[in-house]
Amino acid sequence: MIELVSDARCISCNICVRICPTNVFEARSDAAPVIARQNDCQTCFLCEAYCPVDALFVSPDAHRHVDVSEQQLSERGDLGSYRRALGWSSGGDPAALHEKTHALRLLVGEGAIG
Amino acid sequence: MQLYDISMVNEGLEFDADVLVIGGGPAGTWAAWNAAQAGASVVLVDKGYCGSSGATAPSGTGVWVIPPTTEDREEAKAQREALGGYLADHDWMDRVLDRTWSNMELIERWGYPFPREDGETVRRSLQGPEYMRLMRKAVARTGVKILDHSPALELLVDGSGNVAGARGVQRQDERDWTVRSGAVVIATGGCAFLSKALGCNNNTGDGYLFAGEAGAEFSGMEFSNQYAVSTVFGSVTKTAHYSWAVFTNEAGEDIKAVKDGHHSAATIGRTLIHGPVYAQLIKAKERPEVQAFLRLAQPNFFLPFDRSGINPFTERFPVTLTLEGTVRGTGGIRITDKTCASTVPGLYAAGDAATRERICGAFTGGGSHNAAWAMSSGSWAGEGAAGFALRLGASRKSRRLGGAGTPASFSESQAAIAAVKNEVMPLEKNLFRTDAGLRASLAVLNGLWASVSSQRGVDGAGARDAQRSREAAALVATARWAYTSALARKESRGMHRRTDFPQSDPLQHRHQIVSGVDKIALRYQHVVPRLPVGDVVTA
Repeated sequence: MIELVSDARCISCNICVRICPTNVFEARSDAAPVIARQNDCQTCFLCEAYCPVDALFVSPDAHRHVDVSEQQLSERGDLGSYRRALGWSSGGDPAALHEKTHALRLLVGEGAIG
Repeated sequence: MQLYDISMVNEGLEFDADVLVIGGGPAGTWAAWNAAQAGASVVLVDKGYCGSSGATAPSGTGVWVIPPTTEDREEAKAQREALGGYLADHDWMDRVLDRTWSNMELIERWGYPFPREDGETVRRSLQGPEYMRLMRKAVARTGVKILDHSPALELLVDGSGNVAGARGVQRQDERDWTVRSGAVVIATGGCAFLSKALGCNNNTGDGYLFAGEAGAEFSGMEFSNQYAVSTVFGSVTKTAHYSWAVFTNEAGEDIKAVKDGHHSAATIGRTLIHGPVYAQLIKAKERPEVQAFLRLAQPNFFLPFDRSGINPFTERFPVTLTLEGTVRGTGGIRITDKTCASTVPGLYAAGDAATRERICGAFTGGGSHNAAWAMSSGSWAGEGAAGFALRLGASRKSRRLGGAGTPASFSESQAAIAAVKNEVMPLEKNLFRTDAGLRASLAVLNGLWASVSSQRGVDGAGARDAQRSREAAALVATARWAYTSALARKESRGMHRRTDFPQSDPLQHRHQIVSGVDKIALRYQHVVPRLPVGDVVTA
C-alpha cells in the first residue's frame, strides 16, 4: 500500500490526487497531499509511475501497513524505481520499445496464460 | 418505477449526449472513440481516473492477435476449445481476431511504442500504463467529455424501459452528475470482489447491478471463480511468469502444478487448503536472458520482490490464490447481436462487463483473450450505441426519465462487503463447489440482499458513502447470480468445478442465463456445436 509522500520531494502538483484510481490521496493547499484513505489503496503502483519527482513509495505489502524510512528507500534507489522500469523518467525510452514478449512466448510455448 | 423530471431534483452537473460510456478502461475507451467516430456526442464517466482505472492499466498483457492467414487462425481458435467446454463460437472468434488486428494497427498509428524485430513492428503485447495513457489521449482528441472520479449510481430509463442515461456522484467534488443520453455502454469491468487483485478494486460489479436493475440478462455467471496465483503479501496477479515456476509444499516436494506451460489453480488450491504453497521461478534460474525478458514484459511483477529483498529465481516464496471473479472469469451481461446490445433497448455491454463466453467459453483465456475482447467488443458497443442513439434523433430529448435502481447510502456497507467476501473468497466454497456449500452461501447472500436493497439513505452521507453502498449491493447481486448459476450447473466444465459432479455432462452443454435482482430467474440456451464434442477438460 502507499506508505510515503515525501514532503522534501513533493512539488504539490497533485497529479497523484487526480490519477489514483481508488482516490487514496487528499489535496491540501500549499502542502503535499496526504494519504487520507490508505486502506483503499490497491497497490497498483501507478501513482509512482505518474509522479514527476519520485516522491511516492508504494510498499509491496498489499494487506497491511508497514513503517518505511525515506532515507533508507532513497539510498536503496527504491524511490522512482517503477517509473524508471517503465522508461517514464525524463530522457528515458519507453520500456515497451524493448519488450521481447514474442521471443519469450516462443521460449515457453504459446500455451502460457496470463 | 417512479418517473420524475430529473432536472427538478438535481443541482449538480448535467450533460446531454448521444452516448454515455460508463467505465474508462480499454473497453470503455474503445467504445467512446468508436461512438465519436460514428458521429455521436459522447460522455465517458469513470469511478477512478480514465487511464489508470481497471485491470489493464497496471499490467503488461499479451494480446490475442493473429495475422489474417487461415492456418494460424484455425490453430488459435482450436487451441482452447476443449478447455472452454465447447461453449465458444467460431464466428465470434473470427470477428474478434479481425477487429483486434485492425485496432492494433490504430494503436501503432496513435504512437504506441511497439518493439521492432528485423525492421518489422511486433504488435503482440501491450504495456498497460503506456496503452491506457494513450487511449485517454485518443479519446480526448475526438472530443469525448471525460468525467473522472465520477462513479455512476444508477441508470435512467424512460417510460418504455429504454435505457436513457445515468446519474452518479463526483467523489472529489461532492456533487451529483446526470447524463441524459440516447444509449449507454456498460464497460465497468468484471467483479473481483475487492480482493486487491492487480488493478481490480474499482471492479465491483457495479455495471452488472445497473444492467440487472434495468432488466438485462447475464450469461455464464457460473464461470466467475477464476483465482490467480500471487505472493501472499502482494497484489500482483499477473500469472504468465509462473510458467517458469515449480510449486512446492511445506516439505519442499514438487506438487506438480505446472503442465505444458499451464499452472493448475486446482492443484495449488488443494495443497493450500492443508498448508502453505511456495513458488520459485527456477526454470529461468540459469537463464539471464530469460530473466531480462521477463522483467521487460511485466516490470511490476518484480517490483514487490526487489523491494522485499527476494530473488524469485533463486529463492522460493509463499504464494496464495487471489479471487479474480469475472475479471478473468467469462460470465457477464448477455449480448444478443453483433453490436453487443443487451436485451434492454439502449443498453450495450463491452469488455469484462459483457459475457466473454463467445470467444472463451467456460475457460478464462487469460490476459491475451481479455485484451482482444475488450478492444473488439468496446468498438462494436460504441458503434452500436451511436447507431441506436442517432436513430432516435431529437425525440429522445422530450422523454421523461426515472431511475432504474434504488441507490441510497446506508450505514452497513462495510459489514455487507465483508460478509460477501466470506462467501466468495474461500477456496472451499468457490474454487471447489458443492450443492450444500452453494445453498448455504446463497441463504446468506439472499439475506444480505434483503438488507442492502431495503435500506434507505442516512443523513449527511457523502459521495463516497453513496459509492460504497452501491458497491456493496453490486457485490451481493453479482455473488447471487454467480452462485445461482453455479448451483444449477450440476457438472464440471471449464473453471466451474463441482466436487459433487466432477465430470462434464453432454446434456448440460448449454448456456445458462440468469436475470432479475430481487427474484432471480434462470433459463437455458442451447448451443449448436460446430465440431464434434470431445472430452471436456476441466481447467
